[in-house]
Amino acid sequence: MAPLLVVEDLYISYGAIEALKGISLYLDEGEIACVLGANGAGKSTLLQAISGIVPIRKGTITLQTDVLNNVPPYEIVRKGVSQAPEGRKVFSTLTVEENLNLGAYTRKKKTDEVTEAKERVFTLFPILKNRRKQLAGTLSGGEQQMLAIGRALMSTPRLLLLDEPSLGLAPILVNQIFTIIREINEQGTSILLVEQNAHKALGIAQKGYVLENGLVATSGSASELQSNQKIQEAYLGGSALKNNK
Amino acid sequence: MEVFLEQLINGLTIGSFYALIALGYSMVYGILKLINFAHGDFFALGSYIGYTVLVFGSAFITSHFGLWGGMIAAMLVAAFCVAFVGVVVERAAYRPIYPAGRLPAVVSALGASIFIQNTIMVIWGPRYQAYPASLIPNIHIQLGNIHITLLQIVILVLSFFLLGILYWVIQKTTFGAAIRATALDKDTASLMGINFNRVIFFIFTLGPALGAMTGVMVGMYYRQISFTMGWNYGLKAFTATILGGIGNLPGAMFGGLILGVLEMFGAAYISAAWKDVFVFLILILVLIFRPTGLFGEKVAEKV
Repeated sequence: MAPLLVVEDLYISYGAIEALKGISLYLDEGEIACVLGANGAGKSTLLQAISGIVPIRKGTITLQTDVLNNVPPYEIVRKGVSQAPEGRKVFSTLTVEENLNLGAYTRKKKTDEVTEAKERVFTLFPILKNRRKQLAGTLSGGEQQMLAIGRALMSTPRLLLLDEPSLGLAPILVNQIFTIIREINEQGTSILLVEQNAHKALGIAQKGYVLENGLVATSGSASELQSNQKIQEAYLGGSALKNNK
Repeated sequence: MEVFLEQLINGLTIGSFYALIALGYSMVYGILKLINFAHGDFFALGSYIGYTVLVFGSAFITSHFGLWGGMIAAMLVAAFCVAFVGVVVERAAYRPIYPAGRLPAVVSALGASIFIQNTIMVIWGPRYQAYPASLIPNIHIQLGNIHITLLQIVILVLSFFLLGILYWVIQKTTFGAAIRATALDKDTASLMGINFNRVIFFIFTLGPALGAMTGVMVGMYYRQISFTMGWNYGLKAFTATILGGIGNLPGAMFGGLILGVLEMFGAAYISAAWKDVFVFLILILVLIFRPTGLFGEKVAEKV
C-alpha cells in the first residue's frame, strides 16, 4: 500500500532565506513519525508547508494520490489533514466550545459527525467539557494545548500534524499529553509529530527524522535513533543519560 | 421629562444609524486592520440609489407597494447595488495593495472614498437632493406629551432588527465565530478550513449593504441628502467604532447608540451648536482613560 503522506525533495524559502533545502520523508497509514531538530531547523516550516500556509518553491507533497502543492489551506483540511500549531494558537476571545466548533468548520453540514467528534474530544480531555463555556484565553497552558489538539481532532482527520505539543508544559502534563497522543493514534489517526523533546517523541513514534539546517540529517526507526550515539549526544542529553543508567 | 424621552428616542434613532455604519468599519478593520474610508461613501451612495428608486418608481410604488413597501424596495435595491460596489472596490482598490502593507491600503481607501464621492456628484449633481415628501409616510403619534412620527418608530425598530440579526450572526453562528477567529489569527483560522476570501467577500457585501440601507433610512428621516454626507456620517460612525473598541462588533453597536444619545442630549441640554464638541469631548475622555475603547477589553492571555 502506498504511504499516507509523501514529501519529496521539498524546498521552502522565505525571501532569500532557505528554510527547507530538499527534504524527503514519508508516513504510513496508522503510524506516528516524529520530526526532531533544534530551533530553526525547519520543523515548523515543514508542517506549515503540508497545511498549505507557506508556498512550496520546489518538490511535492502528496497525500495518498492527491498532490497538495498549490492547494489552499482550507481545502487541505477538507482532504483530512489538520494541525495543532506551535504555541497552541487557540482563539483566545472565543469560548472553548466555539474553538472546537471551528475545528469542525469543514464538517458543519453533518451535525451527527460533529457531535460524535466533540464527544471523542471530551472523552480524551474531560477538563475541556467542564470549561466549554469559558474563554479559551483564560485556560492554563496545558489546557490550551489540549484544546488545540482537540480542535484539530474535530475535523476527524486522517493525518494529524502536531507542532511541539509539549512546549512550555510542566513534566507531569508532558507525560499526560504524550499518553493522549498515543491514544489518538491507537484510535486510527496517523500523526506527524514535531518535537524538541526527542526522548518523549521517540518513545511513542515508530520512526523519526532529524532535521538540521533545512535538511534531513538522520532518519530511521525510533529504536535505531534512540541508540544512535550522535542523536543521544545532540538531542537526548547523551552523557547525562548514560550516567543515569 | 418630555424633552428627555423625545431626545432619548431621537438619540437612539441617530445612534442606530451610527451603529449600522460603524459595523462596516469595524468588520473590515477586524479582518484586514484597514480603516476603510470609503465606507461612509457606500452609505451616501446607498442613500442616492434609494432616492432614485423612489423618484423613478414613484408611480409604481404608490399604486402597487404602498409607501412602506416603497421604503423597503428602496432599501433592498440600494443594499444590493452597494454590496456589489463594495466587492468591486475591494477587488480593485484594496486586494492588489495588501502585500504592500497597511499604510498604502489606507491611502487607497481614501482614494476610493474621493472617487465614489465625486461619482455621486457627477451623476446626481452637487446640490442637495430631497427625498420626495409625497413618498414618505407621514403619520404623527402622540404619547402623552411626546411627539414622534410612525416613520421614526419604524426606522428605530428596523435598525434594531438589523443590528440584532448581525449580532446573532456574529456571536451565535459558526460562521460568525469563523469571522471572529479570522480577525484574531488569519493563519490559524485557515488551519480550521476557513476560506479567507469568503470571509472578505462576506464583510465587503454585508458592511456596504447595511450602510446603504442606513443611507435610505437617513434620507427618509431627514429628507435632505448631499454627496458629502458620507464624510459627516462616516466620521461619526468611525468615532463610534473607536468609542466601542475598534474591531469589537458589539462594541461598535453600543458605541453608535451611546454616541447618538449623547449627541441628542448635548443638543437639548447644552447647545445644539455645540453638540459635536460634546461628542468628541466624550471620545477624548474615553480614549484617555480607556485607550482600547469602552468594550475593547482584552482577555488576559496565558503564555
